[in-house]
Amino acid sequence: MIDKRVASIAEAMAGVPDGATVLVGGFGAVGHPYALIEGLIEHGARELTIVTNNAGWAADSGLPKLMGLGRVRKIICSFPRGSSVFDELYRAGKIELEITPQGTLAERIRAAGAGIPAFFTATAAGTRLAAGKEVREINGRSYVLEQALHGDVALVEAWRADRWGNLIYRGTGRNFNPIMAMAAELTIVQTQEMVALGDLDPEAIVTPGIFVNRVVPVPYGDPPPARAA
Amino acid sequence: MVMTISTAPQFAPLSRAAMAARVAADIPEGWYVNLGIGMPTLVADCVPADREVVFHSENGLLGMGPVATPENLDPWIVNAGKQNVTLRSGASLFHHADSFAIIRGGHLDLCLLGAYEVAETGDVANWATSETEAAPAVGGAMDLAVGARRLWVMMEHTTRDGSPKLVERCSYPLTAQRAVKRIYTNLAVIEVTDQGFVVSEITAGLSFDDLQARTGAKLHRGAGLKQD
Repeated sequence: MIDKRVASIAEAMAGVPDGATVLVGGFGAVGHPYALIEGLIEHGARELTIVTNNAGWAADSGLPKLMGLGRVRKIICSFPRGSSVFDELYRAGKIELEITPQGTLAERIRAAGAGIPAFFTATAAGTRLAAGKEVREINGRSYVLEQALHGDVALVEAWRADRWGNLIYRGTGRNFNPIMAMAAELTIVQTQEMVALGDLDPEAIVTPGIFVNRVVPVPYGDPPPARAA
Repeated sequence: MVMTISTAPQFAPLSRAAMAARVAADIPEGWYVNLGIGMPTLVADCVPADREVVFHSENGLLGMGPVATPENLDPWIVNAGKQNVTLRSGASLFHHADSFAIIRGGHLDLCLLGAYEVAETGDVANWATSETEAAPAVGGAMDLAVGARRLWVMMEHTTRDGSPKLVERCSYPLTAQRAVKRIYTNLAVIEVTDQGFVVSEITAGLSFDDLQARTGAKLHRGAGLKQD
């Protein structure tokens, strides 16, 4: 019997090594795997590279807390805003930053999951974010070569899951989660609800279980209220 | 006050709401449109509900409706500015790679962005205020600027201290090269062409020369321009 369920968040984090590249889903607070990040903090892995859209959200939980504890060596993101913790660490030279345009970030992750080592995109051509990258003219337009971005670990939040790791999402909580699930060696999912095998409509499954390694039910409730940023 | 104008101006720059209404008037039914964070988001509310324009938000939705009220708020639905928004009938949800395939793949009819500067070549700067800024946030701006079929910019004509934002060459770091097709400011509507900036409308009471005085690159008169 295939059963990817694990009983606790601590069990879900087992084996995450120091130095890991960790893909973290979410856009703002929605679809952000808060409980797994807390689990990663408890787990204690250090020297992490975090790949995520925003450099943190609520100051006292999640990524800012992980960064504040000195566990993060580098962050790869499109939007280094949302928490003062990152700003302070960055100004002090205590964290490395790689800014990637949001669509390029998504496609680098998708490419990793799809077995594509690199791709050309017009995004960032002629800008400072293309510095040091190969640029090629194709049909008269300049394109930048971008590399696939693999994770050792992906932390994903789903709405419903079954024991095979099939997932559906809620609202805009989908965001980076499905592509991150594809792109990591070890994909760990927190799900609001666990359902019996067969209860998810095969037509509606967004992430097939083949991309998922561990699922832990966390009835986390609604995301915190949105605030503009 | 702008620059060194000796007499009080006899014109009224458009308010932000009036600018939004002016942009909205040019968005026809059937277009798929991405509105950038900030002033461009005001445009959505100026499109009448019976004109079907489909708004895209890069965090994975098409068919975005107005900002949520306490009565209809769903905490699971946010837009790219992380506001709680509503979904129109016919809305769809998808992941980030599909969302940026919509953008990069040329499927959007229009992207409307704010900007610090636009050059007469169509270069646009809207993400970082200096080459040395520590950690500028790019978000989806570079993808939107190169991907949509049309890139329009909506911004004030000058900075608060009167410096031109329409320039020969951008001084701020570029978001994209040769990308902008049209600019809506509080003073004018300007096409970006192979010739450079071509003025198609000027706000009432302002002359072409007055507008030129507030612009950092040569302006050309458009065929339909009424003002002297």
